[in-house]
Amino acid sequence: MGMTGHGGEGLELSSLQDLYQQVILDHYRRPRNKGPLEDATHTLTLNNPLCGDVIDLMLRLEGDRIAEVHFEGKGCSISQASASMMSGVLKGSTIQEALQVMATFTRMLHGDMDAAADTDLGDLRALAGVSKFPVRVKCALLAWNCLGELVGPDTTHS
Amino acid sequence: MESPDSKSVSAPPSPYDVERIRADFPILGRLVHGAPLVYLDNAASSQKPYSVIQAVDAYYREINANVHRGAHELSIRATEAYEGARAVVAEHIGATSASELVFVRGTTEAINLVAWTWGAAHVAEGDEILLTKMEHHSNLVPWQILAHRAGATLRYVDVAADGSLVMDDYDRLLSDRTCLVGVTHVSNTLGVVNPVAEIARKAHEAGAVCLVDGAQAAPHMQIDVQALGCDFYAFSGHKMLAPTGIGALWGRRELLDAMPPWQGGGEMISEVRLEGFTAAPLPYKFEAGTPNIAGALGFAEAIRYLQRIGLEKIHAWEAELTAYALDSLGRVDGIEIFGPREDRVGVISFRYADIHAHDLATILDQKGVAIRAGHHCNQPLMAHLGVDATARASIYLYNTRSEIDALIEALGLAAHLFGVA
Repeated sequence: MGMTGHGGEGLELSSLQDLYQQVILDHYRRPRNKGPLEDATHTLTLNNPLCGDVIDLMLRLEGDRIAEVHFEGKGCSISQASASMMSGVLKGSTIQEALQVMATFTRMLHGDMDAAADTDLGDLRALAGVSKFPVRVKCALLAWNCLGELVGPDTTHS
Repeated sequence: MESPDSKSVSAPPSPYDVERIRADFPILGRLVHGAPLVYLDNAASSQKPYSVIQAVDAYYREINANVHRGAHELSIRATEAYEGARAVVAEHIGATSASELVFVRGTTEAINLVAWTWGAAHVAEGDEILLTKMEHHSNLVPWQILAHRAGATLRYVDVAADGSLVMDDYDRLLSDRTCLVGVTHVSNTLGVVNPVAEIARKAHEAGAVCLVDGAQAAPHMQIDVQALGCDFYAFSGHKMLAPTGIGALWGRRELLDAMPPWQGGGEMISEVRLEGFTAAPLPYKFEAGTPNIAGALGFAEAIRYLQRIGLEKIHAWEAELTAYALDSLGRVDGIEIFGPREDRVGVISFRYADIHAHDLATILDQKGVAIRAGHHCNQPLMAHLGVDATARASIYLYNTRSEIDALIEALGLAAHLFGVA
């Protein structure tokens, strides 16, 4: 089916086009930093028991700096693209900076347009369309929940 | 336009008036995201006809009271209605007596009841419980809990590539150590109908009892527990037009009689002393507390509704629609269908190119098409199939060919968004 078959059908199509932008599908199909991280200092696997999505996040910390971010996982385009984008954005940042990005990203997923304009988010801004699909927010946050548990203020994994 | 030939060329009267059936279901007239609802998630839960909604409504308006308690008019009427509902459900599945029919919350509670009562009395260290790799978590986890407590071992019959049970594997695993065989009548992921009568007969020859999970079968076919020859049959109301929170466990009287009670409380006793209690007779022994009276009345009305149309007609309509859906999906490049072509119901799991099932479900939902995505409470089977999620479209008596066409068209939108050729 071509473009013409789905043109002019109103809000639902434009929301879906926002949700499934090319950059998201690109991260889904060609995930960055996916695979084992031999010298990882912090690893955590989380799944979404309702849908079966899984993210295994691996960090190599040097002091308070995130030297490497890798992940393994399976699941929908949103959960996997979010993990892939995260790995690129966070590499080289401090834990403090990473948690700041996480806070901004989370606000964006809940519809905060100022957060969606923050250039610190990089490719992650493509996920702003998720805010129109509340049941998919948990998909976008799966990798970030791993990060929060590994290096967040209340972490028990360090 | 009268002509002598008009009689011979006119179409025969339709044996199945789906539009008239659809008119009985108020929710089918609603829009979702601006599009007509196309409800293809019936294996998760079915919609409800007016008559069921009215049965629940009438109970609360006219006779609401607790059952088996009072001597007053409303309680007497509510008790009659509740026991009348039990008789309808029991007779529908061929039970010899309504006392063999225990009302529960649903299939999950029915299986847990058997695992915690029959299991506690009969399963010991070294015993084996034989299940299959296609069981829903609710016919799996209760037995895992029991096996862990009792020191018993679980064994699983293999599933072939086409989704059918490997019966040679069943014959191999069944032994004099097997105390219970638990099998689903119809797979909630693959739609395959299992040879339950043969499985039950062989279980008995090996000295085991046989429990059948009928959650996906009872909505679609006439169930006769005597012909199936099983010992327990568990099913849910909400998948067969009844409200949520009501279901049934049928069991052979001699087995139910010998089982210890489960939950303690009111209703399930005939006498309580400070030193102990005497359990009530069947089926009340297993119905502690005030039951779901309105749900039971809705359940009975749902069965009457299905009987008025005729389960054979429903089955034939669904078979035709299922074949149409399998053909339509099969013509889409990149779609892989799980499960067999024959001996199945209209529960159709599939995968589409590299589009994840959750993404498909989100996209289809925007076109009003409701399907299920995920592991369908079937994680071991998904692992066996080598997938982490499938999309699942499931058909019921009110679905139409044009709804299958709407599904296919919405899949076209998914292909467009994901750039799938």
